[in-house]
Amino acid sequence: MSYEPTILGFLCNWCSYAGADLAGVSRLQYPPNIRVIRVMCSGRVDPKFVFEALKIGIDGIIVMGCHPGDCHYLEGNYEAEKKFNMLKKFLTFINLDNRIRLEWVSASEGMRFAEIVSEFTNSIKELGPSPLKEDKDLLDKLEAIEMAADSYRIRALVGRERTIIESENVYGEKVPQDKFDNIFNTAIYDEYMRCRILLSLKKNSKSVKVLASELEIDPSEVLEHILILKGSNSITMGEIEGITPIYEYTMEG
Amino acid sequence: MEKVGAVLIVGAGIGGSQAALDLAESGYKAYLIESTTSIGGVMAQLDKTFPTNDCAICIVSPKLVEAGRHPNIDIKINAVIDSFSGEPGNFTANITEKTLYIDMEKCTGCGVCGQECPVEAIDVFNEGLSLKGATSVKYPQAVPLVFAIDRDYCIGCGICKGVCKAKAIDYDLEDKKSELKVGAVILSLGFDEFEPNNMKHYGYGIYDNVVTSIQFERILSASGPFSGKVLRPSDGSTPSKVAFLHCVGSRDPKFGQEYCSSVCCMYTCKEAVIAKEHMEGLEPTIFSMDIRAYGKDFDKYIERAQNEYGVRYIRSRISSITEIPETKDLKLSYEDEKGRVIQEIYNMVILGVGLNPPKDAKYIAEKFGVELNEYGFINAKPLSPVETSRPGVFVCGACSSPKDIPETVIEASGAAGKVNEILSPVRDTLVTKKEYPNEIDISGKEPRVGVFVCHCGINIGGYVDVPEVMKYARTLPNVVLADMNLYTCSADTQTLIKDKIKEFNINRVIVASCTPRTHEPLFQETIREAGLNRFLFQMTNIRDQCSWVHMHQPEEATEKAKDLVRMAVAKSRINEALETFELKVTPIALIIGGGVAGMTAALNFANQGFQAYIIEKEKQLGGFALKIYETLEGDNIQEFIQDLIKKVNSEEKIQVFLEANIEVIDGYVGNFISTVNYGPNKTSTQLDHGVVLVATGGNEYKPKEYLYGEVPNIITQQELEEKLFTSSEIQKKKSIVMIQCVGSRNDEHPYCSRTCCAEAIKNALNIKKKNPEAEVVILFRDIRTYGFKEKYYRKARENGVLFIRFDKEKPPQISKENENLKVSIESQKMGKITLNSDLIVLSSGIVAPAEGNEVLAKMVKVPLNEDKFFLEAHVKLRPVDFATEGIFLCGTAHGPATISESIAQANSAVSRATTILSKETLLIGGAVSVVDKDICTGCKICVRICPFNAIVKDEEGYAYVQEALCKGCGLCSASCPEKAITTKHFTNEQILSEIYALGGKEVI
Repeated sequence: MSYEPTILGFLCNWCSYAGADLAGVSRLQYPPNIRVIRVMCSGRVDPKFVFEALKIGIDGIIVMGCHPGDCHYLEGNYEAEKKFNMLKKFLTFINLDNRIRLEWVSASEGMRFAEIVSEFTNSIKELGPSPLKEDKDLLDKLEAIEMAADSYRIRALVGRERTIIESENVYGEKVPQDKFDNIFNTAIYDEYMRCRILLSLKKNSKSVKVLASELEIDPSEVLEHILILKGSNSITMGEIEGITPIYEYTMEG
Repeated sequence: MEKVGAVLIVGAGIGGSQAALDLAESGYKAYLIESTTSIGGVMAQLDKTFPTNDCAICIVSPKLVEAGRHPNIDIKINAVIDSFSGEPGNFTANITEKTLYIDMEKCTGCGVCGQECPVEAIDVFNEGLSLKGATSVKYPQAVPLVFAIDRDYCIGCGICKGVCKAKAIDYDLEDKKSELKVGAVILSLGFDEFEPNNMKHYGYGIYDNVVTSIQFERILSASGPFSGKVLRPSDGSTPSKVAFLHCVGSRDPKFGQEYCSSVCCMYTCKEAVIAKEHMEGLEPTIFSMDIRAYGKDFDKYIERAQNEYGVRYIRSRISSITEIPETKDLKLSYEDEKGRVIQEIYNMVILGVGLNPPKDAKYIAEKFGVELNEYGFINAKPLSPVETSRPGVFVCGACSSPKDIPETVIEASGAAGKVNEILSPVRDTLVTKKEYPNEIDISGKEPRVGVFVCHCGINIGGYVDVPEVMKYARTLPNVVLADMNLYTCSADTQTLIKDKIKEFNINRVIVASCTPRTHEPLFQETIREAGLNRFLFQMTNIRDQCSWVHMHQPEEATEKAKDLVRMAVAKSRINEALETFELKVTPIALIIGGGVAGMTAALNFANQGFQAYIIEKEKQLGGFALKIYETLEGDNIQEFIQDLIKKVNSEEKIQVFLEANIEVIDGYVGNFISTVNYGPNKTSTQLDHGVVLVATGGNEYKPKEYLYGEVPNIITQQELEEKLFTSSEIQKKKSIVMIQCVGSRNDEHPYCSRTCCAEAIKNALNIKKKNPEAEVVILFRDIRTYGFKEKYYRKARENGVLFIRFDKEKPPQISKENENLKVSIESQKMGKITLNSDLIVLSSGIVAPAEGNEVLAKMVKVPLNEDKFFLEAHVKLRPVDFATEGIFLCGTAHGPATISESIAQANSAVSRATTILSKETLLIGGAVSVVDKDICTGCKICVRICPFNAIVKDEEGYAYVQEALCKGCGLCSASCPEKAITTKHFTNEQILSEIYALGGKEVI
């Protein structure tokens, strides 16, 4: 049986949605898999929307906005790009980054719209159905990613990125992109691991060693995360089995 | 005679449309008369616009849609003017709307007639490069979206009447005559491009691969005949070597026009860049005389084209083109700067055609009794740039002289500004104020959703199983009615929707049909008339994004339509009624800067009856113009400026603060409060005002180069002008050398100062007039006498002024021997030469008052460009607005400008400001963002991210959305780390409900 993916598109009202309309007026044919949600600006697409869509089994998600410089809200598409980069980084951890796409389509690019949708639909077809529909373990990881991406730390960094890199920080300096990227990549990785630890402990209390084997990382690294989570009162040290302390999930800090 | 609060606007391109929108928003009825069948003019034909490469249709289309549905704008298409009479304030115009053979009221723009038309005829819009039926709409995004039968091509087969389910086609429809009473007129006829038919030496119309720049514009367009691919008309192959020729029909009295067409240098460069973007391997070469990149950020664009895109510039005028018959390639012959004759082969040649006066200018001028100038454009004088020879009849855009889009938009609003001056007493007399029933309170009530599924004739119904979708909708939660209509947008369906709302007690309405971009306002209006809040309407697009794009998959299309309806129902159930509020407006303007722009603006406000404050930092009004004596065209500026100062000082409604600076500007659109310190003692005062106009002007650059300040007979143009008018010193000089681009187009000031070429020529002509024996040499890089200024360049050459070009890298060298000055220069043509001179004049450029501008920019939170001039909201379509509502700019604050241009900008800014000041209250609220203070941490991320400065911190340090400034884009809510911000009508819950409905196959 051939599989027909479900594709979700977020289109900005001013350029991409108009481009999609033009494809219609021009009767350009493309695969019928895409369902469109109209937003005023591509920058409105909260990363949460993408995670939630993946979680309920949508196979591919495409965000489309105005070309750089064309944004009706001046800079919304640049913000969309920052959020998308963050999404991409997170989804790379679980190999789902190729199921999301960001494209610029103008109001006169009906042809481009049809081509992109066709190409994206085909690429998702080739990837096959979203593994999230079957793989419970993967869904847990996505849960951790969503939690991490939703954290204050990550949202604050993404929200500030353009300000401190393109205009100036509080010292009147521009932060170099590579410096920011280093800090940001570390934050993304750390938050992901911490959220996985949290969600794992939420199911049942565990030792560092068990967590390390579950997360497939070094126990010393787990311990570092544990200490930080403990500091924020998200977890506590429970009973000690022999020489091994067991950590417990507490109510959200 | 009593004045009439209506305005006739002739020509509905971007200029006419802008003027109509300004006036309609300022309380006047606007009749927008268009000779073709849709509005938008040339701009709607363009692919991209320079210098930002903005997509033209993306930016112009929302404006046209707005004009198309504005209750105070009455668009008359396919119309001609029959007669005109009357006096300022009270004119009568008779017009005829020629029949379209299609009833505009009934036509839904669905396009079936055009598709079924068996006659292949020329499509005007694609400039003869593609075929379309005899019944056609000008372009897919046309406003109004109605079709028209072209009787010249129609063979009368009657097929279209049969296929039109809206019954809009009527072969017996006759022309419609009407009489319009108006108080003023704006002529915005645009231009016609030069047709190079008589230029046999270029082979236009003979060789297939020689096209005009406007044809090439359509080739480049993604919605053009080749879908944006660059293909040769002869064989559809992709060209690699492409030549662009400048000045085809311009600066060429023999074959074309004497004047410069102003825009070709930039648009050819843009076309070369875009072509290169579309086709990687393309090698564009541009043949030009001077490169006239005199506008804001234009030089940077040319440099990027050369350095980043590899566009090659050759300084030469092509003498002839011949075709190589076998390959259809073209052989170009030209003389290079050293005088050598060179031949090159190109695959395609684009003629950069100039701008001619519109073909109907003569007819219109006769009808309206206005003068034409020597070139056939509508005559407007430098110091009254938007006025014609007949009082009450104004002009804007390219029909008075060649100009680009922002200049046209500036003049359009400028003309509207002048209309305001004469018609303000009858403002709001002819506009329709609609009365609505009270809104039904739905709070706490169970959602009752009504779904209307549209057949759109066969456009949806032919592919999507509409009854099936309707039946499916009935199964969805909270849906109390699902219905289907042949055309949901037709007038009778609106009545039906209103009846059903009452009958079924519906409190949420969904229409599943075409695109909300054009039709949402119509349905929102309908439900409002039925007593429902506008935001209780939800639309889903099952035509443009479903039936039309999946025509061969009816089952899948039907499934998709069902999904889309389910998603719409999910959101609709939690859509909320949103409140709007009225915000009182203080009808006073604050103008920063008392130069020509500031004073012109103040007088316009006062003439309309509004109060105005002028904040001037110097001890006297006048600004830069105090040092100018004459314009290039010979107007007396000293008289003009003194007269202006006198008028300002005697006007009761204007209050002038001298030696003044602004300490703080608080508040927002409609309600600003500023603290101003003024006078020798820095007295402090607080002023309330509704708008801010930034008119801070510019300064002359003080040269650091060319021994300026060290040697007495090296002076600037401004100093020369003063001496010419106040002493006889210059008449004794025998040999005068002028050096152009001093402090312009260099690393420190990379922009063109726009005015210096004309200044130098003006002064050179004056010297020659006083002392014909004097030798005057002008050393230049490009002579930028754009538009009609070209005449004076020609005159200067005829009067013996010598022009020698130098390269940026090899500027002239000045040496001093005893009392003699020597200027040596390396000319491409003449080699190294040395000139003896007893007076050297430096054409020093215009610089922004950087420090002052920086302080002000921070205070009102508006941006500056790299050169410290203020940066407008949109380079093309909002040239005198800032992104922040209620703040405007004009004059040299925007960038170097002539006095004439400053006057146009001042009136333009006033018109834009009047759209606010003319209203007692502003309607705010609706789909805006709101901060939950209990969650906000005060991190300020939203404050920095908001592109419109709508978010500020309150006294406690929490974020607060100023609803008057919020545009509802939702960047803040997507970025808030604490998710404390909700963007109404697009809330997280609402968007998530659509997502869940799609995935879960059920409404959650």
